[in-house]
Amino acid sequence: MGLKSDYVREVKAFQPSPPYAANAVKAFFVGGMFCALAQWLADWYGGTFAASPLEAHLWASMVMAGLAIVLTAVGKYDDFSQFAGAGATMLITGLANAIASAAIEHRSEGWTAGVAGQMLKAGGAAVIYGLIAAYVLGLVWP
Amino acid sequence: MKRVGKQTWVFDDGVYIQAAAAAVGPLEADGPLGSYFDVCHRDLYCGEATWELAERRLMREAVDCCLQKAGVSAEEVDLFLAGDLLNQNATSNYVARELPIPFLCLFGACSTSMQTLAAAAAFVAGGLADRALAATSSHNATAERQFRYPTELGVQKPKTATFTVTGAGAALVGRAPGRWRVRAATIGKVVDAGLKNPLDMGAAMAPAAADTIEQHFRDLGVSPGDYDLIVTGDLSRVGSVIVRELLAESGYDVTDVYNDCGLMIYRPDQKVFAGGSGCACSAVVTYGYLLQELAHGTFRRLFVVATGALLSQTMVQQKQSIPAIAHGVVIEAAGQEPDLPP
Repeated sequence: MGLKSDYVREVKAFQPSPPYAANAVKAFFVGGMFCALAQWLADWYGGTFAASPLEAHLWASMVMAGLAIVLTAVGKYDDFSQFAGAGATMLITGLANAIASAAIEHRSEGWTAGVAGQMLKAGGAAVIYGLIAAYVLGLVWP
Repeated sequence: MKRVGKQTWVFDDGVYIQAAAAAVGPLEADGPLGSYFDVCHRDLYCGEATWELAERRLMREAVDCCLQKAGVSAEEVDLFLAGDLLNQNATSNYVARELPIPFLCLFGACSTSMQTLAAAAAFVAGGLADRALAATSSHNATAERQFRYPTELGVQKPKTATFTVTGAGAALVGRAPGRWRVRAATIGKVVDAGLKNPLDMGAAMAPAAADTIEQHFRDLGVSPGDYDLIVTGDLSRVGSVIVRELLAESGYDVTDVYNDCGLMIYRPDQKVFAGGSGCACSAVVTYGYLLQELAHGTFRRLFVVATGALLSQTMVQQKQSIPAIAHGVVIEAAGQEPDLPP
């Protein structure tokens, strides 16, 4: 017994485990609040500008993404994500943050190789698999 | 100079650190050791346009300050040894470009501080250099973007993650007596304990640190009680507990004399997860704080064990485990060094 006998297994006792329950609760409420805000925005667009439901949801998504980009630019979204976890990363705001943070990060390498070339570095996988998932769902959904 | 045991070099004919300097970023300046650093920046950019340039500036400032303290011009230095965390050791190469000193670039990840110091001492002891300059640096933002994610990307990091120290340290090693004596160095082996999580490098590095420390004790026939302080580089809150446990399993109780630079450089309320890491972590704590306290008599003999996770993004993505290494250097207050056991 002891650490030296089977390090990979025994070392787990020394590694603090993530607070799964607290993380889940925070993600549920923060993510839920963001979704509620987006839904309120969509309803407001639908009511005030007589937008169709599709248009209203697109407008709401764009405003939420814009909000995330502003928070990323002022350096607050990463702190917010550390607190909210999946409640901040799984929404469209998380995708906006992923793309904006990579674009900001690589501005020092210029507009082409830096900003444009690296912009999808962190968010690219979400875009690709999002498109594939949407296409497959589009085929099977009546 | 001679080799004792398997991995330890003993410098018994006088190799000294003549001067040392540390330059740091804002969070480190605000930490408990802030008053020990020579150059403190209030801004992470350090007045430069990019983070890479900021890191280069930190190393240059540490080098300049060190040479100024020693009263030595760059032309009088025979060898420059440096390394950092960036690909191709970019910071070190670009700083060396500005210096009229023959240059050897070293990479040991976060073990570079003691790797360069041990090598500098060996070159001086071997007569290949009268004065050798050792330097290293790291920058939170350059390391984040190279090894992890864009700095502003929202990712929830685990408690085991460490926070790369922004700073640089430099030390001038020479034959002429100085305030600190480099007494011995133990060169570590690469140890891979099989861990794969780049957000828990303390656990990945602890076996390498324990290996080097144990080897040092065996090579010299010394025990933890022969040191006033045994300090690891950046094992942080997770790894520092593990290394003590590993050493205890081998019969060495270091509890009373052990600390970790990653735990010393930040206050507990600074949001740095498990603690500080990076090449600069052990460099600025050693060249800033520890040497001054040696000179003041707080300690007489230290064993500084800089720990490096030899992390490659490509290897981690290919599901390979993370190799680690640790190099240790014994530094004593000159003139009052206690005898090492034979």
